[in-house]
Amino acid sequence: MTIVRTGTSVAAIAAWLGIAGAAAAQTTIDMLHVENNPDAIALWETLAAEYETANPGVDINLEFLENEAFKAKLPSLLQSDEAPDIFYSWGGGVLDIQRESGALRPLTEMMDADGGAWRSTYSEGAINGLSFDGDVWAVPYRTGVVAFFYNKEQFEQAGVDAAAIQTWDDLLAAVQTLKDTGLTPITCGGADKWPLHFYYSYLIMRNGGAAVLEAAKSGAPDAYLDPAIVRAGEQVAELGALEPCQNGWQGSRWPEPLGDFADGRAAMILGFEDTNLDQVSQATDGVGLAQDNIGRFAFPAVEGGAGAATDTFGGLNGWALTANAPDEAIDFLRWFTAPEQQRRQAEATGMIPVAVGAEDGVVDSLVRASAEALATSSYHQNYLDQDLGPNLGRTVNDVTVELWDGSTSPEEAAQTLQDTAMMDEM
Amino acid sequence: MTTGTTAGPVVRLEGRLWGLTRRQRTTLRTTLPVVVLFLPPALLLFTLFVVLPMGEAAWYSFYNWNGYGEPEQWVGLRNYEFVLGHKVFLTALQNNGLIILVSLLVQIPLALWLANLLAHRIRGALMFRLIFFLPYVLADVAAGLIWRFVYDGDFGIVSGALQVVGSEPVFLLAERETAIWAVLAVIVWKYFGFHMMLFIAGLQAIDKEVMEAAEVDGATGWQKFFRITLPLLASTVRLSVFFSIVGSLQLFDLIMPLTGGAPGNSTHTMVSYLYQFGVVRLQIGFGSAVGVVLFVISVTLAFTYRRIFMHHD
Repeated sequence: MTIVRTGTSVAAIAAWLGIAGAAAAQTTIDMLHVENNPDAIALWETLAAEYETANPGVDINLEFLENEAFKAKLPSLLQSDEAPDIFYSWGGGVLDIQRESGALRPLTEMMDADGGAWRSTYSEGAINGLSFDGDVWAVPYRTGVVAFFYNKEQFEQAGVDAAAIQTWDDLLAAVQTLKDTGLTPITCGGADKWPLHFYYSYLIMRNGGAAVLEAAKSGAPDAYLDPAIVRAGEQVAELGALEPCQNGWQGSRWPEPLGDFADGRAAMILGFEDTNLDQVSQATDGVGLAQDNIGRFAFPAVEGGAGAATDTFGGLNGWALTANAPDEAIDFLRWFTAPEQQRRQAEATGMIPVAVGAEDGVVDSLVRASAEALATSSYHQNYLDQDLGPNLGRTVNDVTVELWDGSTSPEEAAQTLQDTAMMDEM
Repeated sequence: MTTGTTAGPVVRLEGRLWGLTRRQRTTLRTTLPVVVLFLPPALLLFTLFVVLPMGEAAWYSFYNWNGYGEPEQWVGLRNYEFVLGHKVFLTALQNNGLIILVSLLVQIPLALWLANLLAHRIRGALMFRLIFFLPYVLADVAAGLIWRFVYDGDFGIVSGALQVVGSEPVFLLAERETAIWAVLAVIVWKYFGFHMMLFIAGLQAIDKEVMEAAEVDGATGWQKFFRITLPLLASTVRLSVFFSIVGSLQLFDLIMPLTGGAPGNSTHTMVSYLYQFGVVRLQIGFGSAVGVVLFVISVTLAFTYRRIFMHHD
């Protein structure tokens, strides 16, 4: 009798809880990101609110982690119960490690449904860049290209013509002329190192073309000892020997170089596609350089190099889903990266969208130039410190600075890369 | 006599229960509850959070493992070979040694000197104690960020002061030659107040009569310091040195905001090296090997020091 009574009351409570639960059935989607641009965050929050209004059962929860902390914390986070549903990804070797561990939810099936209706909303390159072993592992979000930005007034003052910088030797000559005029040619983020790895990576691409990097990435024997990589090291050392950077460049952390450029303390910066917009927020006076005072030119070619000047180097970002992410998370991402939403984000933040048809959201002329460079790119390479995985990637950053300040030789640098690659392979 | 000698064991035998004497039983009755109640929580926590992680780290250190899934790729001693041959690790080790050395040669003498000035009830002593102790109260990360601004070549006060006397802007944290010394200066600034407080406490425990007797005998200031103060303060000094060594081996949160290891990985300590090369690069197996090396160094130093210098304290 007692047992039965307890049984019924438990059932009653369960039913009551079930009803209450159904009434408030909210799916919360945690989205972990590294964005610190207030304009972008404000827009994301607006977009999330719009989505929540259209889908009353879903709560979007944006969570921020600082860049370095994000990368350091993610491995343990992904393997815990606290894993976010969606997180920001740079693709490359790190994404590959994550999907190999089973931490991610593949998207191929959803992308290919209805004859690839979803897949076809993105550029093919973006999808390929986030695919491994035939599966898509992240929803494409933005892309970019690294190029030189320069201060037009200072170039004029030194009598340097940016349009004439076509080869590496032209760049070295320009650096020397700027220096002779008493200007700081380049601002360098030597403490963070990755801002300088752009130079080494680009030079490897310009010297060796796609073949060298593809061989290296596929783990071909002694691929990093290729003459093109050694030659690139020599060129980094050549530039470094001219002492082109601001005083104290070895202690400079991002975004300090951006501030140097914004305040006119350096004539050039090799930076992201939105450098001209981003510099404003880092200027001491809050204004920075006038937009018509900023010019852009592509990384120069190398005489006799196998790579084309139209080969591009830059980021490709996406949103990865963790293995236990609900379907609502996928639906949200699909909406979040749809052409209409991407257009609004491009307008507000200066990012280059990957959704087909969102290009016209790019309103700034310099960002548009980057977008065009990407559209006509003959070969696109993701950041090496992402693409090669965290260990080898950061070793590239390390040796770039050592080449720059002359503390290692081009041969030693290549050997260090080779040794690290073999250590990773083992 | 005979009965007495035989009776003894008989009585004791009668008093035994499960082979224990009465006294042993009493001890057991009073200590057993204590052991049963108080040992397991501590033992459990210690095992869970100290012994097991150490064992795990030792286990991981033999694998090439990126922290995802289970470690599978056994690499034997390769991680250890790499750590001990890595020039950045050796620089970090050297930096740790340098920190200990500077603590001994600069920080502790400075703290001792100031403690001697401020241990007595002179006017303003309390305020000065507070001022000198303030850096220690400040969070390490905050101190690191503050000093990063102080040393900045464009906007910082150090460079600004030097420019007033006609020097070029100086970037102390950006040059390989100066960076580690700039970091050491911050470490001395940050922790001398702590050692000073230890010494003040030690000085106040010294019996005033001894000092008065010395004064009556006509001892000079130096004689008083070297013959009375220092010997009586010896145990505090030994403790202070011990804290310096342990502090050097743990130093991490001051380095990260101040330099992050730059320029060119020249200002790492062993712990920041572990973080940068083990955790950030997803080389958890390798990082564990660094952890084990660090553990061995710490344990060896701590035990040797305690054995040799602190066995009376």
